Amino acid sequence: MHPAPSIILFSTLSGLGYGLAVMLGLGLLDPALVSTKTAHLLALVLITGGLLASTLHLGNPQRAWRALSQWRSSWLSREGVMAVATFVPLLASAWASLFHDMRLPLVGLLGAVMCAVTVYCTAMIYASLRAIQAWNTPLTPACYLLFSLAGGLVLVAMFATLGGSLSGWIALAGVSALTAAWTAKWAWWRRLRTMAPISTPASATGLGGIGAVRLFERPHVNENYLTREMGYKVARKHAAKLSLLATAAGGILPSLVLLAATISGTGIAIIFCTLAFAGFALGSLIERWLFFAQARHAVMNYYGG
Amino acid sequence: MRFESRVALSEPVGDEVRKTTCYMCACRCGIDVHLKDGKIRYIEGNRDHPVNKGVLCAKGSAGIMQHYSPARLRAPLLRTGPRGSGEFKEISWDEALKLAVEWLDPVRQADPKKLAFFTGRDQSQSLTGFWAQQFGTPNYAAHGGFCSVNMAAAGIMTIGGAFWEFGAPDWDRTKLFVMFGVAEDHDSNPIKMGIAKLKKRGARFVSVNPVRTGYSAVADNWIGIRPGTDGLLILTVVHELLKARRIDVDYLLRYSNAPWLVIDAPGEADHGLFARDGDGNALVYETVTEQAVPIGRPGARPSLSGRVQLADGRYAVPSFALLAEKYLDKQYAPEAVAESTGVSAETIRGLAAEIGRVAFDEAIFIDQPWTDMNGQRHDGFVGRPVSFHAMRGLSAHSNGFQTVRALHMLQVLIGAVDCPGGFRFEPPYPKPVSAHPTPHGKAEHFGSNKPLSGPHLGFPRGPEDLLVDSDGQPLRIDKAFSWDAPISAHGMMHMVIANAHAGDPYPIDVLFLYMANMAWNSSMNTAGVIKMLEDKDEATGDYRIPKIIYSDAYASEMVNYADLVLPDTTYLERHDCISLLDRPISEPDAVQDAIRWPVVEPDRDVRAFQTVLLDLGARLKLPGFVDHRGKALYEDYADYIVRHERRPGIGPLAGFRGSDGSRTGRGAINKDQLKRYIENGSFFSAHIPLEAQFYKHANRAYQDFAVKMGFFDTVQPVTFQLYQETLQKFRLSAEGVRAPLAPETHRQRILDTFDPLPDWYQPFEEAAVSAGDFPYHAITQRPAAMYHSWGSMNAWLRQIHTRNVLYVPGQICDAQGLADGDWAWVISHHGRIKVPIARMEALNANTMWTWNAIGKRGGAWALDRDVPEAQKGFLMNHLIHELLPPRGDGLRWSNSDPVTGQAAWYDLRVRIEKAEPGEVSEPHFADAERPGQPQPVPAELRYGQEWTK
Amino acid sequence: MTLLPTTRPPKKLGLVIDLDVCVGCHACVISCKEWNTGGYGAALSDQDPYGADVTGTFLNRIHTFEIVPEGGEIVGEAGDARIVHFPKSCLHCDDAPCVTVCPTGASYKREEDGIVLVDEDKCIGCGLCAWSCAYGAREMDLAAGVMKKCTLCVDRIYNETLAEVDRVPSCVRTCPANARHYGDLADPSSNVSILVAERGGFDLMPEQGTRPVNKYLPPRPRDRLADKAMPLAENSDGAKGFFAWLDGVLDRI
Repeated sequence: MHPAPSIILFSTLSGLGYGLAVMLGLGLLDPALVSTKTAHLLALVLITGGLLASTLHLGNPQRAWRALSQWRSSWLSREGVMAVATFVPLLASAWASLFHDMRLPLVGLLGAVMCAVTVYCTAMIYASLRAIQAWNTPLTPACYLLFSLAGGLVLVAMFATLGGSLSGWIALAGVSALTAAWTAKWAWWRRLRTMAPISTPASATGLGGIGAVRLFERPHVNENYLTREMGYKVARKHAAKLSLLATAAGGILPSLVLLAATISGTGIAIIFCTLAFAGFALGSLIERWLFFAQARHAVMNYYGG
Repeated sequence: MRFESRVALSEPVGDEVRKTTCYMCACRCGIDVHLKDGKIRYIEGNRDHPVNKGVLCAKGSAGIMQHYSPARLRAPLLRTGPRGSGEFKEISWDEALKLAVEWLDPVRQADPKKLAFFTGRDQSQSLTGFWAQQFGTPNYAAHGGFCSVNMAAAGIMTIGGAFWEFGAPDWDRTKLFVMFGVAEDHDSNPIKMGIAKLKKRGARFVSVNPVRTGYSAVADNWIGIRPGTDGLLILTVVHELLKARRIDVDYLLRYSNAPWLVIDAPGEADHGLFARDGDGNALVYETVTEQAVPIGRPGARPSLSGRVQLADGRYAVPSFALLAEKYLDKQYAPEAVAESTGVSAETIRGLAAEIGRVAFDEAIFIDQPWTDMNGQRHDGFVGRPVSFHAMRGLSAHSNGFQTVRALHMLQVLIGAVDCPGGFRFEPPYPKPVSAHPTPHGKAEHFGSNKPLSGPHLGFPRGPEDLLVDSDGQPLRIDKAFSWDAPISAHGMMHMVIANAHAGDPYPIDVLFLYMANMAWNSSMNTAGVIKMLEDKDEATGDYRIPKIIYSDAYASEMVNYADLVLPDTTYLERHDCISLLDRPISEPDAVQDAIRWPVVEPDRDVRAFQTVLLDLGARLKLPGFVDHRGKALYEDYADYIVRHERRPGIGPLAGFRGSDGSRTGRGAINKDQLKRYIENGSFFSAHIPLEAQFYKHANRAYQDFAVKMGFFDTVQPVTFQLYQETLQKFRLSAEGVRAPLAPETHRQRILDTFDPLPDWYQPFEEAAVSAGDFPYHAITQRPAAMYHSWGSMNAWLRQIHTRNVLYVPGQICDAQGLADGDWAWVISHHGRIKVPIARMEALNANTMWTWNAIGKRGGAWALDRDVPEAQKGFLMNHLIHELLPPRGDGLRWSNSDPVTGQAAWYDLRVRIEKAEPGEVSEPHFADAERPGQPQPVPAELRYGQEWTK
Repeated sequence: MTLLPTTRPPKKLGLVIDLDVCVGCHACVISCKEWNTGGYGAALSDQDPYGADVTGTFLNRIHTFEIVPEGGEIVGEAGDARIVHFPKSCLHCDDAPCVTVCPTGASYKREEDGIVLVDEDKCIGCGLCAWSCAYGAREMDLAAGVMKKCTLCVDRIYNETLAEVDRVPSCVRTCPANARHYGDLADPSSNVSILVAERGGFDLMPEQGTRPVNKYLPPRPRDRLADKAMPLAENSDGAKGFFAWLDGVLDRI
């Protein structure tokens, strides 16, 4: 699948934003601190930025509001509805923190749950597509959720440090979430490596009974919408290197520096936490790029890809 | 339903439907052109049309993009820069025509042969030929010489008709259909419709073709033959059929020259010719009276074997005896040819067995009494339901004439010509050679300021009809009808530029071309031809071909090499007639012709070429184009179509003749004729009575019908010429025993190739080059979506074939380390090309191929310079030379069939070598400038957007 | 509404494509383009139509496959590879994922005949439906930013301004080889249902669970010419025996 920057940016940013919002909703930070207020704002900015980025690839963004209508069948619509609805508790929580230095526990909890559901909806947009076998697994929402939570915890750790105190258990939770997220991702990758394609040129043409089927000529010589959108291919060797890089930057590095931050002075801890966030963000972007680039669409059985 | 309101389900297609005839290829399908707001909304097949019955191919539907292409020329152009530069100025029609007259009139006065007038995709040859004849130049032909003249000449000389578009398999009845060498060609929609019928009925379809695409892909059996060996395969099938006694003896006796006696007097001037009586009638040996009698004697029982003494004491044998002796020889045994043809002996046996079985064990009978030309009444029509079709794969070889003859002989031997279930003639065919003219162009046929004394093209009956001078030197610029190519019945357009450039046999003054892309895909040795067009005489500084007038509708590669460009209309803006005088659209059951008419008006300063030609004819005051006062006879082409009469009552169109439009074939001029055609869907169809539908070559009812329709003035039955006496006359000349004698230089070649019985010899290029240096064949296939619409100015069609690759057999890929996407050098004796390759398994193991004519010159056809057509696309033409490699005799022979001059495109031999990866195929040509003031080229098309709701 | 119809549609209109006879001529491809570019919804645009990167929206395309019989059933000449031309357009699936994924309700499956359509006024051009389709039946028009797909020529098949016989999809009407058949696949007595039953019509990628309405007919089984070789009836070497036979035949005529 073509790794469109707008979609990669959307899912990475909104994942981080929702993760952070979950942690804020769970009350991990003191609502009165400036750093926490900043965190609330950042969560909203990330979520809003992500959603705006996602409209960039639309052919007719002026009609985007229509996407809220089909929640009964469409995960994309559900995501839209949830995203809009989630703004209510998130804004309320942010309002309470910003202007009243307080936390609304029930609203926060509700917001946290809704954030998680929104991320799940985002993941299910992909996971529900049978035509893209790589995505069509419960591991996909697991990864999305765990990456969102891990990102949230890395950010919370950063804001906690900025607020003056990074508790060891936040760091530990962060490391656990990172471990879980990357473990899930490696399970996702192993599945990708080992799965037998459910659809092949033979099943796509129904001609496998005659012999080995291969594309001889494309219908039209140049690329078309389908091959541009779905024909992207990344070399296996290349992908393996990138997945190692992503894990190192987005999993190992943040874990190590988070742990280091807990035993460092505030100044250094801030640097470490920022480094943890930067590493995670980079790792997530690579992971998300690979999520698209490595996924093969069944239609490529008709295009020799 | 709640969604109904969202979709307008019953919108009319357009404001108006205009029915005309397609011209995207040579099929001539009927089309319904739907117009909306004065623009073309939709083109679909005309359901009532006899050719396509409603269907339409990709090109036909893409007519919209052809019509609105930005490559259309806008106004007459006069060259201002050097040839090839693309520098022109737009001039008025009056200026253009005056200039043309200034160039042409002195030629006509002084030496009319200094005009060479050749037409490419011309569907108005009865007019262009007439014009050239009235002008008086002997140098006229259409493009049949590089197209498929072997098909036409061999067919007409053997059975009085040809495959091509002059006959068709009996799709509704045939049970075995064997197709040779057809990727896509004339009659393309009828063939597809026919194959569908066969499939539905469960008839067997065998395709013989080195490449298994298109029709071959759906054939029940595919025979991946080695190019150039089809003749050998066919003669082996004949061998098998003779051995199996699967021949129709009765049919041979009645309809062929099998019983005709051939004089056996070696060394004498009539050895090998037919024994004839004083009236010129051939003799047969009558077994009851045991004497030689003229053919056609009622009740005679002619012999097909034995050796008989003639009245003059010499001996003669029935031609069939020679035939049987020849093909029963074991050199035609399946095992003997398997290696050469690349077809297993068992497959050849199976093919022969199926042909024999279906022809005789599955014979059909149509219960319709009929009378033959001898007055004998028959209960019905016997059908041998085996049919054949063949085109380029047989004909574009230097042994193509003999190969096509072999195929027709096979048809006659099993009694499957014009019978139910077999190949059937389409009127005005069959037509014996004797009803065709001989060629005109001898010194006594033309001269200053007078018309040529007869038609240019025809069939020489022997060396005496050749267009050569007393030294045997060619008289035509293309050397057609010379000893080089005696029966070049369609001329040799592919030799014109080379000969004119060389001044051999003489220089010319004006080259006048219509719709022929000679500076690109229509020439062998494209780069060489471009040089010849650009070449100047050092002494005078003038171009060696001094003046070139060219007419085309589009900015093809050729336009930039013209001095004066006459812009033609698109096919939707013009009148045309698809005439019985030329190449009509008849079906086996019906006589048919058709017209085109301007369904949209030109929006540019362009004129239909035929109208321009009539105007030129009038300005030159050519007889037939002006009246006795010198006033133009015809206003335009439409007027000519209606009012021109070739013979009294016979005009370009056969339908709606007579003052009230009630007469068919012969009849007075009807001024409303075109109106009647348009009302009828732009075609006319007259059904042939059932009694006259089969055995037309010998069917009294059909022959009378043909006379009534005006095809002929007297009946013209055909006796199938298995043994070809004309060829033997050339051999006698080559043996030096019959005048005129063949030049010494040509004798061996004629003796080797003019066998009066169908023969196979190795194609010339294959024989001339080393099999070690050039071990493989390289051919082209015509893509269905672009055949005959070779320009890439069509935005929809060019997306299907934006570039081409060379398909290489898996075995060769493995041997050379080649894989998909690699580049390779393909090298012939003449040149080399660097091209991208792809692997293929479904083809002959010694043959590589590509789609025909996809490569374009950057900038031509209103394309950008960096288009894939120009960057990666390529032509095979660069590997093919118009001459064969030099031989020991110091002569360079034309790369053509020695009988007909047909260009031997498919004789090409190559080797292949892996090349460094590339971005640009080689040879690569400098980009072409767009000529004149071209139309702007849009960056995006949203055709029909204004009609969306 | 992007829920699939809950009741079984009374009709399942669709195409049956005969791979035994498609010669890959692209007639249907261009006829489809031509009809639909001026018909239902936005034009089918072409970008850079006369340039290097020419590309356009097509609702029907013909792919070409090469099949090498390795251990498979041999249906051509022994062991020979073969080419199969493969037209492909929307299959109007019963369980069309492209409909259910649509967030706006632009994609829908008609309850009365099962045709899958896009209401372009509602389409936001998110492309998700194209992603959900395993068959590549949907293409975004780059100029209009809306999703285009085969409409089964819904503006022809119900078009009362057309003659009855012409109320078929443009591709079907134009196909010179009669490789495309249109009809109601819910009706077991329809022409298309009979073809499917007689010829073993099959679904593309049944494993995708989409239950396509359109069916494909496989190439017919074929036998080898070499197996047809028969012992020659009156076989003898050379011409002598032949002429003896010939004399016999002539006596009988």
